[in-house]
Amino acid sequence: MNYKELIINNASDLMFGNAPKPVITQRGLQIGGGQVYSELNFTLPPMSINKLTEREVYRHYKEIASGALKRAVELNSKGVILEFETLMEMTKTPSIGIEIVSIMNEICEDYYVKYGLASEIRLTPNDLREFERPAKQRTSELLKPMFELFEKGALAGGDLLSIESTGGKEVSDSALMMCDIKGMFFAMTVLGVRDMQFLWKNIVEIANKTGKIAAGDSACGFANTAMVLAEKKFIPRIFSAVVRVISVVRSIVAMEEGAIGPDKDCGYEGPFIKAITGIPISMEGKTAACAHLSPLGNISCACADVWSNESVQNIKLLSGMAPTAYMEQLEYDSRLLNQALTEGKDTSRMLQNLLVNSDINTDPQALILAPENVIRISKQLIKGDSYIENAKNGALESLNIIEEALDSGKMKLNEMETVYIPMLRDDIESIPADESQFIDMMLPVLDQSKFTLSEYGL
Amino acid sequence: MKLAESVEHGKADKNSPYPPHLKGQDGAGELTEYALEKGINPKHILSQALIPAMDIVGKRFSENKIFVPQMLMSAKAMGASMFFLKPFFQSGELKSKGTLIIGTVKGDLHDIGKNLVRMMVEGSGWNIIDLGVDVSAGSFVETLKENQDAIIGLSALLTTTMVNMKEIVSEIRKEFKDTKILIGGAPVTEEFSNTIGSDFYSADPQGAVDYLNKLVS
Repeated sequence: MNYKELIINNASDLMFGNAPKPVITQRGLQIGGGQVYSELNFTLPPMSINKLTEREVYRHYKEIASGALKRAVELNSKGVILEFETLMEMTKTPSIGIEIVSIMNEICEDYYVKYGLASEIRLTPNDLREFERPAKQRTSELLKPMFELFEKGALAGGDLLSIESTGGKEVSDSALMMCDIKGMFFAMTVLGVRDMQFLWKNIVEIANKTGKIAAGDSACGFANTAMVLAEKKFIPRIFSAVVRVISVVRSIVAMEEGAIGPDKDCGYEGPFIKAITGIPISMEGKTAACAHLSPLGNISCACADVWSNESVQNIKLLSGMAPTAYMEQLEYDSRLLNQALTEGKDTSRMLQNLLVNSDINTDPQALILAPENVIRISKQLIKGDSYIENAKNGALESLNIIEEALDSGKMKLNEMETVYIPMLRDDIESIPADESQFIDMMLPVLDQSKFTLSEYGL
Repeated sequence: MKLAESVEHGKADKNSPYPPHLKGQDGAGELTEYALEKGINPKHILSQALIPAMDIVGKRFSENKIFVPQMLMSAKAMGASMFFLKPFFQSGELKSKGTLIIGTVKGDLHDIGKNLVRMMVEGSGWNIIDLGVDVSAGSFVETLKENQDAIIGLSALLTTTMVNMKEIVSEIRKEFKDTKILIGGAPVTEEFSNTIGSDFYSADPQGAVDYLNKLVS
């Protein structure tokens, strides 16, 4: 890993709305430059996407963007990001995705010219490669439409380029179900890291070529899947917390390759990435309950530079269409955070403390996101000489923090949970820091029919 | 009793490290082999040890008293036992409760929920044909032709793929009017199930197990 020092060394400097390396967009959003912006994410209601429904699909996105920006203007918004996370058909046939970007960008431009509302589109093509099993991460024909959508979508108005990449997911899905921490390490610190290096080289190249912003990735398919499974009580919360910390060394590869933020909303590993790299981050929490439940509703906001809702269907609610309603919710959250920033450091600190303290001891996944713990874990995440070693150090430190909270009586977990602490510690300590040795350890115990090593440059 | 305990606690064989309190003892595989050698009726092994043990595991999981890994270990232990019972299924001396053909629908790659259902249904004594993810209507129909008494299970996680359930149900109904079809997944509801003409919607894996077991009780 390239990073050897933290850009943000003190918890007191890890604050919402402020990042040491702010990102300025084409319409003038200064992300991480002293205020928090809303990021609205949305999806279609139950419907098929095909030739017959194409016009209806476009109508939905037009309605979503118009409704959301209209409400943003009415609420005196400081600026908005619309995240367009494509569905499979929109990436497989890039012209559909490009047309939707174009439709929404026209609306963004209209609101910018007429009302001065600065808004940008985050273009997030879905990772098509997982449709092939085993996935051909580097040689798949499906890379072609993905990269075409990135490039032409960027030119059509996608200012921030992101993806939720899936390299390593072939291993992590079953590892999550078995609470196999070594499997999760292999998925993220070997396969994930290698795939991120390949993928983000290409995305950064496209961003440079088109004059757009390579924003960041998210370990959504790994760590958020863990969080959702833990929320359903399928796997322990402690396991999920550790998975989150391991995911940092995977997601940070995007920045090593040249991504500059804002990091993806569903990457709850964002605070660690902000501390290590100084880039601004998008986060989600209580306002993302429309997409999934979480135990991090308030604390996830503590150092957010952009505040998101993850995803909501374009369906009618009593107040209006759901994306419009969520635009309003995000705007009120952002307004509160921005008011605190306007009033100065003491007020911002007070609001951050409330966000943190209301969640911190309710769940180990929340605990590790407290700014002081983010800094403590981040210091460990850059200490070693390899991705694996860094992930090991970070994971062990997160277990220390969880144990301290339990020992002090501040956090309470039942035995079903705590029995995992020594098991996880033993397993993590048994992982060699050297990649080759780790691969030799894991290959005999993994189902090798599920992934292709050569697709990871191995 | 020992066999049931092994399955309940996920002890597949003597070498299994878990659970610690059964370390070094025979697991489900060895105990099944031993029971058969002693002449115990395989039907008795299945109905008095394996299925009741997995019922307990399923119930404990539904009550949030164990996590998925423990349930998977029990399923693995059951599998170790079933290895020795396989010849009796092949000869017809033992019969499974039925067959469930399960898959995540066309356009959708999410399989964690589907896998959970598969595992719990299998543990309850059903034969499973798992068609995987991104499964077309044609695949379900073809598989059903070869297993005409089977029940169909459909899973979807996206609002744009749940609609594919409708087409699959419709294609199945063209040739197999009476086949029972159960559906599930995050955006799916009972109302949607009624709309597309499937027979049952389950919000969780245990609901699917209960529904299937009711069908054959």
